[in-house]
Amino acid sequence: MNIPGPLSQKPRLAVYKFSSCDGCQLQILELEDELLELAGEIEIAYFLEARRQALPGPYDIGLVEGSISTPAEERLIRQARKDCKVLVSIGACATAGGIQALRNWADIDAYKKRIYPRPEWIATLDVASPIAGYVYIDFELRGCPVNKRQLVEVLSALLAQRRPHLPTYSLCIECKRAGIPCVMVARKTPCLGPITQAGCGALCPKFNRGCYGCFGPAETPNIAALGRFFQEERNVSRPAMVRMLRSFNGYLEPFKTSSDDYEQCIQP
Amino acid sequence: MDKLPLHIVRRPELDRVFGLLRDNAYTLIGPTRRDGVIQYSEIRSLADLPIGYSDRQAPGSYELVKSETPRCFGFVHGADSWKRFLFPPKRRVFGASRQAGPKTPFDIDDLRSPPPAYAFVGVRACEIAAIGILDKVIGSELLDPFYRQARDKMFVLAVNCIEPGGTCFCVSMNTGPRVTRSFDLCLTELGEEFGVEVGSERGAALFKQLTSRPATAAEKELFRLLLERASERMGRHLETEGLPELLRKSIESPRWQTIASRCLACGNCTMVCPTCFCYNVVDSTDLKCRKAERWRYWDSCFTLEFSYLGATSVRYEISSRYRQWMTHKLAWWHDQFGTSGCVGCGRCITWCPVGIDITAEAAGFRETAPPRAVPLTPQQQAMPS
Ligand code: SF4
Ligand code: SF4
Ligand code: SF4
Ligand code: SF4
Ligand code: SF4
Repeated sequence: MNIPGPLSQKPRLAVYKFSSCDGCQLQILELEDELLELAGEIEIAYFLEARRQALPGPYDIGLVEGSISTPAEERLIRQARKDCKVLVSIGACATAGGIQALRNWADIDAYKKRIYPRPEWIATLDVASPIAGYVYIDFELRGCPVNKRQLVEVLSALLAQRRPHLPTYSLCIECKRAGIPCVMVARKTPCLGPITQAGCGALCPKFNRGCYGCFGPAETPNIAALGRFFQEERNVSRPAMVRMLRSFNGYLEPFKTSSDDYEQCIQP
Repeated sequence: MDKLPLHIVRRPELDRVFGLLRDNAYTLIGPTRRDGVIQYSEIRSLADLPIGYSDRQAPGSYELVKSETPRCFGFVHGADSWKRFLFPPKRRVFGASRQAGPKTPFDIDDLRSPPPAYAFVGVRACEIAAIGILDKVIGSELLDPFYRQARDKMFVLAVNCIEPGGTCFCVSMNTGPRVTRSFDLCLTELGEEFGVEVGSERGAALFKQLTSRPATAAEKELFRLLLERASERMGRHLETEGLPELLRKSIESPRWQTIASRCLACGNCTMVCPTCFCYNVVDSTDLKCRKAERWRYWDSCFTLEFSYLGATSVRYEISSRYRQWMTHKLAWWHDQFGTSGCVGCGRCITWCPVGIDITAEAAGFRETAPPRAVPLTPQQQAMPS
């Protein structure tokens, strides 16, 4: 992680949206307590979801939501990289390709023909990709959606020119600190927590559900071990393994290759 | 064995004990039933205890079931340990704030709220041993004032285990099942009544206010038999003879790789272990850069950051992280603190999501040849060694 150089006196913020559901931008707007403070510290220069007026670049900080799915988006992200000193991708779409990256395993032309009366009008790239597939990214904030605390942490760190503290270890560590009864052990519910990066505060286990991995792979996920356990001890089928790995972060390694391996019946 | 005189009180007297403790400004923490597990949380009366429940514990498996006998303490501990209260998982160390911009003076607030006077209810023998270990590590070496204060104020209402859990092995670690030290009052469920032993002056002062009678010879015999039977019914066993030396000699064993093919490096084992004390300290600033805070969090040797030195993590492979955990608990702890780091509570076995059993894995090192080495997965091969 690089700590970027000094920002302007009143840093200028741009929030970009690519292929996405807007949920991560909403997380910014939902920062109720901090939003005013934020507006005091930085100039929100470009944030179409929040402000009609769009001020031209250059910007100090760019937050990028969404994956790159169309040629127009590809042009815009290259421009965004030129316009921003620091570029942060926020959310599973921007960091992993998101749900729409599931189409990367499908026949996109067949989709187009099936859904649109004039498929030739649809301009789309072959695959939906994370932002880092196109331009250099300074930080990535995982999650579908991102966690508000982590957003504030990254912005505060950028403003203070310090390293943000974003854990990369497993969700289990957060889950146990919070004293949540483990759903794997106490309910026999498959949980992706052991291979998923912490950050959400163990939201799903808190509500007695298994984590479905929306924060993406943890630092050294032992997918093979968890997968073997799921199949041998929890009756999870191979196709189910493929589906578990291919959700919000399915197009991100090592979930991607592991899901391919399960699909092709190779024990990853 | 029976050094302390055994008294008998009727069950409702326990409510008196709780009331008296509350009158003395204690915060009562005891076993409660929440989301299908035993958790330690605030209790007020006997009715808050999970009466009539017992637990079934096995590697990677925990189940709370209704039992035929309506015992008050018919289960052992869940994932929680008293560490959660004495050495909380997240704790603000201090804050700093300044009124103006950079380079202006700042104020430090370390108004750390003092710990409440806890009365811990249902403390097991292995847990008392674990607190004894934390005393050495946190009380004497880390010198954490919160821990020290909480520790000095706490009242221990212990319980003898007459039904060990499926992953317990306190007998192997010589820490249980009978409570013999560092308690104020100790209860043993003898049918509908409690056997009570008094372990301190504080305990004696409280006990004086209860209605009790001395135990009969038959009750003393029952007490002895119940604890003897408990000792014989341990869910697990760990041969400790020569174990530190054995592990020391096994540092290069391929067996670590075999365990790592199952271990998720999730860190659950260290989090639930009542003696694991590792923590990380994290600083943060606010958006205005006027306020900073320092927080302490439970950490685990299973994270990469734990062994990050300058450029990389020293323990990159999961095998080296599992090895750190097991050898610290069962070998290096002896060198560091003069005891084993394991009290035989079995939490790490029950709460490992894939059921890795430290007793079985340690026993494995006694076999001469390691099991068939598991081939490296592509992921593992991709990791720098
Ligand atoms: S519930 Fe999931 S995230 Fe929590 S400790 Fe269990 S496996 Fe880990
Ligand atoms: S528990 Fe898992 S799926 Fe649920 S919010 Fe957290 S990371 Fe996402
Ligand atoms: S190592 Fe396991 S059995 Fe030993 S004290 Fe820790 S959690 Fe309990
Ligand atoms: S086993 Fe790991 S987490 Fe536990 S005390 Fe030792 S180094 Fe710390
Ligand atoms: S031994 Fe079990 S609980 Fe511990 S890190 Fe490995 S998988 Fe997780």
